[in-house]
Amino acid sequence: MIFLTEEIVTVKDLKKYFITKQGTVKAVDGVSFSLMKRETLGLVGESGSGKSTVAYVIMGIYPPTAGRILFRGKDISREAGRRPTAMKKEIQIVFQDPGSSLNPRKTIKQILELPLKVHHISTNEGRTEQVLALLEMVALPGDYMYKYPLAIGGGERQMVAIARALATNPSFVVLDEPTSALDVSVQAKIINLLIQLQQEFNLTYLFITHDLSLMRNVASRVAIMYLGKICEVAPTVEFFQNPLHPYTKMLLSSIPVISKEEEKFKPKKIVSRGEIPSPVNVPPGCSFHLRCPEKREICSQVDPTMVEAHEGHLVRCHMLPEA
Amino acid sequence: MAARLLEIRDLHVGFDVYGGTLKVLNGVNLTMEEGEKVGLVGETGCGKTTTAKSTLSILPMPPARIFKGEIFFNGEDILKMGQREIRMVQAQGISMIFQDPTAALNPVFTIGEQLMDAIKYSSFRDRVSKKERRERALQALRDVALPDTERILENYPIQLSGGMRQRICIAMALATESQLLIADEPTTSLDVTIQDQVLRLLGALVKEKETSTILITHSLGIVREWTERVYVMYAGAMVETASTEELFSRPLHPYTKGLMKAVPKLTGEGIAEGVSGRIPDYLRPPTGCRFHPRCPHRMSTCEAERPPFFTEGGDHQVACFLYKG
Repeated sequence: MIFLTEEIVTVKDLKKYFITKQGTVKAVDGVSFSLMKRETLGLVGESGSGKSTVAYVIMGIYPPTAGRILFRGKDISREAGRRPTAMKKEIQIVFQDPGSSLNPRKTIKQILELPLKVHHISTNEGRTEQVLALLEMVALPGDYMYKYPLAIGGGERQMVAIARALATNPSFVVLDEPTSALDVSVQAKIINLLIQLQQEFNLTYLFITHDLSLMRNVASRVAIMYLGKICEVAPTVEFFQNPLHPYTKMLLSSIPVISKEEEKFKPKKIVSRGEIPSPVNVPPGCSFHLRCPEKREICSQVDPTMVEAHEGHLVRCHMLPEA
Repeated sequence: MAARLLEIRDLHVGFDVYGGTLKVLNGVNLTMEEGEKVGLVGETGCGKTTTAKSTLSILPMPPARIFKGEIFFNGEDILKMGQREIRMVQAQGISMIFQDPTAALNPVFTIGEQLMDAIKYSSFRDRVSKKERRERALQALRDVALPDTERILENYPIQLSGGMRQRICIAMALATESQLLIADEPTTSLDVTIQDQVLRLLGALVKEKETSTILITHSLGIVREWTERVYVMYAGAMVETASTEELFSRPLHPYTKGLMKAVPKLTGEGIAEGVSGRIPDYLRPPTGCRFHPRCPHRMSTCEAERPPFFTEGGDHQVACFLYKG
């Protein structure tokens, strides 16, 4: 049993709006969660749900519109350029597509050296050794140092991106769909490496994905996002045994599975219908009511609040009695 | 007994590149009966799409070259046909849904223009009037459960969502009343709830129109829920084929087993590293069984000889020496 006591990252009522010609896009609209040390929170949602925006705001790629982000209790609710360098070292990210997140004109050595130089982690003499150690950490041969990203496979490129993120010895890593561009056999390798590194270096992960089956095997807690809001959060086992939000049930029953044992985990067939509405024009009341099979009158008028259904299991739905 | 619709025999296809020839397809064999729903599953770069494109005669040649093999469609070899006959097959015999609906639709023409073009092309001998083409286009959009069909006809692809665009592509492929539909990863770019909707719709439509279908995908889950028979492909050849139920209850080939282990499952037993190593270099593919460098059960014969299909009960066939005799 791991004791999850030390709070690493806390996000409080985070909002990020983008002003466009068509209107204000409420990409993230009041998201709160916290991450304990060595925990993996799976943030799951369809495209357009705002899950990547949450990651980018935490990373400081954009400043938040409202709300607070705390890292070990210190406020970092601003863009990365205005955060202390020592703090940036602690927070790293792995992007979805290693083909575009690695500079094709730099060798792997140059790519891995950059964070070491920026954060003054190594001396000029010791740098090659450190790059070698980083490659070894992600189980790549040392001579990869002199190769270019295009010369290696997609899975290996993602390994390099992971090594780069871990070069500064961070305590918190955001994984933004790190395996969704890869085949399952490569995905298996990367996921197992990530789990092993997490245990070795006491890492905290925010794992962003659209793949619920993957989260069943990786995350300690799962949060579902829909149109910029979290609609259900629960510890993984509880989440899959007792899903409560109608959207979660719809997602789970849409997953194609490969065995009868898995089918038992799918709720009774909820026929998926409708599409995620445009975040410019969020429907009033509960944002899911247009697609919800259990909708009532109240749902189109009042936005539900988060209710704790069981310990640690929060749901935002009118169907649940107030606790 | 249903008639044999498609039979691919020992198809070898390569691509000429700087530095040599990529030997991609290495003896593909595939048969399907009329009315069947067949799945073709394999990882990136195993030659699924090349197989489909060869069947539809839309491989860009050069750089592609067909070294040998036969593709019988309704008993006639597509590879020996002239331009006119190929056009007939493309117009009325086989249609295809591509992976990325955004790339498959032309951004500068309206949905209506593109749909009506497809109908015009498929019925170029019957001289369908413009009014009738419009009627059929509207019907095709209604078939794929799109609302407000009159308006969509005037829309450009960019005005529609990804799920709607893929429905348009399905409408276009089915509007031509083809005998065979090849759906190449039709839902890979879609979200899981939209994927579910599109696959259910596609299933209902091919059932209603009695279209034979080949579904190409890398997702074992989709194959299990959607098809009747499965071909598993690895590095340019089929390694295993069986009825869907049989394959998922009793996978035999080490590659199929490895793939199934690597899929993340809802039961949550962790993710096993099913298949180690990476796909081979097609410039210098491994000799014998192309899977042998990654295979946990490799024997000396695997390197020297290429395994033929061995039959393991009923129509379960597996290309692996483990099942010899």
